Amino acid sequence: MSAQALHTARTLSDHLPVLIIIIPFLAAPLTVLIGSRRLAWPIAFGAALSSFVISVLLLLRVLDSGVISYAIGGWLPPIGIEYRIDAANAFVLLLVSAIGTIVLPYTIQSIKSEIPERHHTLFYTMYLLCFTGLLGVVVTGDAFNVFVFLEVSSLSTYVLVAMGAQTDKRALTAAYDYLVMGTTGATFFVIGIGFIYAATGTLNMADIALYIQVHGTNRTLETAFAFIMVGMGLKAAVYPLHLWLPNAYTYAPSAVTSFIAGTATKVAIYVLLRFMFTIFQPDFLFEMHAVRWVMMPLAILAMFAASLIAVFQSDFKRMLAYSSIAQIGYILLGIGLLSTTGLTAAIVHLFNHGITKAALFMGVGALVLRSGSSFYAKIEGMGKVMPFTSFAIVIAGLSLIGVPGTAGFISKWVLVQAAIEQGYWPLALAIVGSSLLAIIYVWRVIETLYMKQPADGWVKQEAPLTMLVPLWIMAGATVWFGIDTELTMTAARTAADGLLHGFMAGGQ
Amino acid sequence: MPEIEYILGHLNYWLFTVLMMTGLYIVVAKGNLIKKIVGLNLFQSAVFMFYISLGKITGGTAPIFPLDMRIDPATVYTNPLPHVLILTGIVVGIATTSLGLALIVRIREEYNTIEEDEILGIEKELVAQENRTLGDAMGGRA
Repeated sequence: MSAQALHTARTLSDHLPVLIIIIPFLAAPLTVLIGSRRLAWPIAFGAALSSFVISVLLLLRVLDSGVISYAIGGWLPPIGIEYRIDAANAFVLLLVSAIGTIVLPYTIQSIKSEIPERHHTLFYTMYLLCFTGLLGVVVTGDAFNVFVFLEVSSLSTYVLVAMGAQTDKRALTAAYDYLVMGTTGATFFVIGIGFIYAATGTLNMADIALYIQVHGTNRTLETAFAFIMVGMGLKAAVYPLHLWLPNAYTYAPSAVTSFIAGTATKVAIYVLLRFMFTIFQPDFLFEMHAVRWVMMPLAILAMFAASLIAVFQSDFKRMLAYSSIAQIGYILLGIGLLSTTGLTAAIVHLFNHGITKAALFMGVGALVLRSGSSFYAKIEGMGKVMPFTSFAIVIAGLSLIGVPGTAGFISKWVLVQAAIEQGYWPLALAIVGSSLLAIIYVWRVIETLYMKQPADGWVKQEAPLTMLVPLWIMAGATVWFGIDTELTMTAARTAADGLLHGFMAGGQ
Repeated sequence: MPEIEYILGHLNYWLFTVLMMTGLYIVVAKGNLIKKIVGLNLFQSAVFMFYISLGKITGGTAPIFPLDMRIDPATVYTNPLPHVLILTGIVVGIATTSLGLALIVRIREEYNTIEEDEILGIEKELVAQENRTLGDAMGGRA
């Protein structure tokens, strides 16, 4: 962008990259200032919906005409903060804003039974802050800005998790553990950024990438890379760094779990992708070793160990949490293959797993509204009591396994293709083997829901429509994206191409 | 001797590393929830020190223009950018600390203790109870 372009009049559509952040960010304090429980939801929903619309517009524009660069406040990069949107961000933006918007109607009934009434306004404030933070991490092209938005989203997530304390006091310790581990991770990330700044003298991602391309790497940059991988690995719950996840997902209010399970870890993975492929180019030998000998084995370990733990759970919500860790393994495996197909698989799975998990956690929340608990023993026979909710859970469960016709199948299929393409057929077998474990844990749910008798005196009564409709939109989306793969595959392939073959092309 | 020069020349990095590791050690090793937060603070402060020392340039003065805007090209200024970044970092650190302490207050209300091993004991008892009433034939909770 030339300096001249800045002085020409700008239309509203030029400001879309910053509006997507500003609208929910301003709406968050507005809910507190107005302080009305009745108005908090409409404000939150309006803000989230506008972000969603903007993210659709941005994705269409990026797919159409390439990278968008936006200089905050007119300060040109690399001095000023730049928001830079290519296919990878636009796609993740769409995922986050879509889940954030669809979960919102669901929260109305769900939080009534799970969060004390005096906290409802603050719940929406925190929700909006978390939403903004996640979008901000994705949209920004400035390395330090990533940290700031990351902390905005993390701090509000800790509060949201702790709001589950009315149902189970363990939500508090879960939030505390998440706070300690999350802050450690974020601080590691800042150390990495500091090393990068010390070595390159810039914080703009494209500028750092250019510097590394021209000057090559050195020990400081390698240390920075290691710190960033560990820090973001903590946030993304990469297998041995996942310890905060099961408790946080289990004890958080259902609405919160549906939102963060589909978005928070995905955003962390996006940051990993950005740093691995855009900033440190993959031909950088040190990184190749890190990916091949550290990330891939951990991914395979996650796929099996976490799935195996999921099989033996007796709590539906906790089972899904462990399954999330396993699914993150698939995404990392796709990244670890270091090929366009592998990366496409990773990005598609990031999206497909996001919507699948959001649907499942929403389903659990609807069941909990009736039964008061997500233990298998408490939700026996719910297929007869809440047929629509249960059927949506079954559909999303099939997508979790990867049955053809669902979104989960598409991403696993591409992943298997990527593995075979490089001649790693044992990896393809591992993917199939881990899916077999998924069949077991999903089958246990189906068995509990449909083949047991409901407890005495339970009449057939569905969840309220505000929960059922979002649940079915998500469940419908898992089928839709399993059949019509045009949007997801095109976006993911463009994103993968962009990540592997340079962020530098286009834009400026 | 070049080694001593090397060690002294990187003194700020050594101090930063020691402080950082002390903080991280407290987070991992201490069982008291408040002490963990203190450790976390120490850990974060170490990183702030690292950034601030990065901005220091030998012989550099404060990066402020003189009022008459007549700048002597020979003047060396320290780099203000890391300092500004850390201003943000400090705000984040305060928010984290206060949220952590608030959580500890709530934990103490519910558990009546802030010692990690006692909390773990209480939670273990809760899980055992859940397993007795709700656990099923497949071996309960892993």
